[in-house]
Amino acid sequence: MVDHVEVDGTVDPAAWSCPMPLRDHPRIVTGHGGGGRLSQELIEHLFRPAFGGATDDPSHDSVVLEMPTGGDRLAFSTDSYVVTPVVFPGGTIGDLAVNGTVNDLAMSGAIPSALSVAFILEEGLELATLGLIAESMGRAAEVAGVRLVTGDTKVVEERDRGGLTITTAGFGAIAEGVSLGPRQVRPGDRILLSGPIGEHGMAIMSLREGLEFASELRTDSAPLTGLVQAMLAAAPGAVHALRDATRGGFAAVLCELAEGAKTGLEYDERAVPVPEAVASACSFLGLDPTHVANEGKLVAVVAPEHAETVLEAMRAHPHGRDAVLVGEVVDEHHGIVVARTGLGAKRVVDLPLGEQLPRIC
Amino acid sequence: MRYLDEFNDPALARRQFDAIAELVTRPWALMEVCGGQTHSIVRNGIDQLLPDEVRLIHGPGCPVCVTPLEMIDKALAIAARDDTIFCSFGDMLRVPGSHDDLFRIRSNGGDVRVVYSPLDAVRIAEANPDKQVVFFGIGFETTAPANAMTVVEARRRSLTNFSMLVSHVLVPPAIAAIASAPDSLVDAYLAAGHVCTVMGTEEYDPLVARFGVPIVVTGFEPLDVLEGIRRALIQLEEGRAELENAYPRAVARTGNLAAQKVLADVFEVCDRAWRGIGVIPQSGWRLSEAYRDLDAEYRFEVDDLHVEESPLCRSGEVLQGRIRPNQCEQFGITCTPRRPLGATMVSSEGACAAYYQYRRLDVLQEV
Amino acid sequence: MCLGVPGRIVEIHDDRGTAMASIDFGGISKEVCLAYLPEAEVGDYALVHVGFAITRIDEASALETLELINSIGNLAEELGAEPGTGASPSGVQP
Repeated sequence: MVDHVEVDGTVDPAAWSCPMPLRDHPRIVTGHGGGGRLSQELIEHLFRPAFGGATDDPSHDSVVLEMPTGGDRLAFSTDSYVVTPVVFPGGTIGDLAVNGTVNDLAMSGAIPSALSVAFILEEGLELATLGLIAESMGRAAEVAGVRLVTGDTKVVEERDRGGLTITTAGFGAIAEGVSLGPRQVRPGDRILLSGPIGEHGMAIMSLREGLEFASELRTDSAPLTGLVQAMLAAAPGAVHALRDATRGGFAAVLCELAEGAKTGLEYDERAVPVPEAVASACSFLGLDPTHVANEGKLVAVVAPEHAETVLEAMRAHPHGRDAVLVGEVVDEHHGIVVARTGLGAKRVVDLPLGEQLPRIC
Repeated sequence: MRYLDEFNDPALARRQFDAIAELVTRPWALMEVCGGQTHSIVRNGIDQLLPDEVRLIHGPGCPVCVTPLEMIDKALAIAARDDTIFCSFGDMLRVPGSHDDLFRIRSNGGDVRVVYSPLDAVRIAEANPDKQVVFFGIGFETTAPANAMTVVEARRRSLTNFSMLVSHVLVPPAIAAIASAPDSLVDAYLAAGHVCTVMGTEEYDPLVARFGVPIVVTGFEPLDVLEGIRRALIQLEEGRAELENAYPRAVARTGNLAAQKVLADVFEVCDRAWRGIGVIPQSGWRLSEAYRDLDAEYRFEVDDLHVEESPLCRSGEVLQGRIRPNQCEQFGITCTPRRPLGATMVSSEGACAAYYQYRRLDVLQEV
Repeated sequence: MCLGVPGRIVEIHDDRGTAMASIDFGGISKEVCLAYLPEAEVGDYALVHVGFAITRIDEASALETLELINSIGNLAEELGAEPGTGASPSGVQP
């Protein structure tokens, strides 16, 4: 736990006992939102202590709550969307906002029921654009089997952020007997990936000022509830943990799993499917595909004796057609992820630091 | 991907590893000069798979790492101004200056933009006539043609709101400086392939003659790096010291003459301080007199700089191959990519960052 | 340094007096300055660094290099040389 000293109602950073990376950055930088190490530190050293959170609770995408009235456990989650541009190949910020929270809930094994939607709209945003986004949200909700039940709208001055930000929150019930999380992970478990990586992040990158390139890349944004339920049904109890690979990419998910489970993970670089366009774009920008965001892919940790069965169930589902076995959980180098390179060497995989920056070197 | 995948073939790499293991009879130390090669070596685990007798020393081939601290501080001062848009390659954003870095300047309200190509900065200048747009022109000879053409283009378009902050560094003087050191450990050099793509290979003949060391022009994919290593080792085992080109598909002896012509017009040689190493005479390029009006160092008065390097940082020793990153007391403890003390921990191919990012399990256990 | 990536020239055009090309990197294409490759033609492969093509990739050389690597060890195998003798390698000419 972390101590803080309240002086006149303000919190004194100097009194924090944890190593304080925040002292190096007295202000927020873009990297704090990147899903990598900076984001993690912000949560661990600023938010969690302030909110009285227990530090031994490995972070999940969504939280599982026992209801005081009894009955099913509920998963509850929230997410905010600030992506620009707000309309991009294959989707809009709207369906990201719906699918993002749906997927957070689905990773706990829940069946999402309802979402709230809060809009922060910038003055000057075209109604036609907002209409397009709203429509895409409605459609995404329908496909995902959830209702958009309540919300809020605020308007702020124009900020050049693409016109709007969206926050969704949602809940869903978890069936009895379903228990997923890093704590269930065991050495020997297999690591499965539901499909090719990097499509969403590179589709967005292709539109960024100065980096523009032409491609057929589209976001892979999709609701994964159906896929998850098919996996759970195929081999009850065999799936130990699920994470959807969003910001920070495939690498971030593995690192978080390793840290949360306190085991080691190893995977084969060559087993991870990377579409040619993603590989090419990453190549000329100097980016690593395993650090690129996805919006419709999950990583599953599965008991070894049932891995084949679960994999088959994934491949039978539209969102898991290209699912592959990529690696396993090991009882060594706890908390560390190791990749086996194409040449047969091993290298450590680290959380990306902050935002992805193209490089010349 | 054509011309990349084939040069990543593990079966062919195995042949090279086996051949190297067979031919080596005693310890040798090779220095790869280019940071891109360092990145490839550490990321793919090439150094892990070579026989113990072959030691790879990571050289100062990372322009991000060696850009002088004073130049970084100038860049930060310019970027912090209200009237500027500061454009840079992504690599430079996290490099620590004496007190700040471009990321922090941006979070404090400075208009700092990452670009892929320097020409993008010219476009930004055209689109923002009321702002001064400055491009951070760093890099080795490989990047210089792009920066040079950008300066030429800015002049052609008669832009009055564009300038470049130039800090180019040159490879041959760096090799000479390292090879001249009385306690130099390096037996052979892997020259930077893409630098030679631009400049050709002729300027390495005098270095071979003067220092009696093999110099092998080497590429970046695993097979290319291994081929450079293999040929250097063959020369060493046979007691030869010659210039060889192991990257012929992208390097011609004369280099790119069209590029060299523009370089000769736009740049002139100058002394350059290499961060962590010191001043190497005649080892840099700055804008020539004809282009001084587009030189940000002249357009902006940047005085009052208090340049101070972290006293704990041993980047210089790492850059010269005197210590390995994990031999520095700060490595992984007070100095991480998250909180770098020096530039070698920032750039993705600075040796310290490469070791930390991909650190092999044995390095990790030492730390 | 020097992230140089090979790509195929798909189209060449002029932008205000500067030669530019559309380069296909395999699934994506990008506009690149061709001023330094005055003799390049559509169909050629070029090495691209920060938005500039800096050389053509010589296909014959590429194949030669691959063949050379592929033939490493062959002579030794044919002659039945023992591994680990430090015997001089085969087929390598500077």
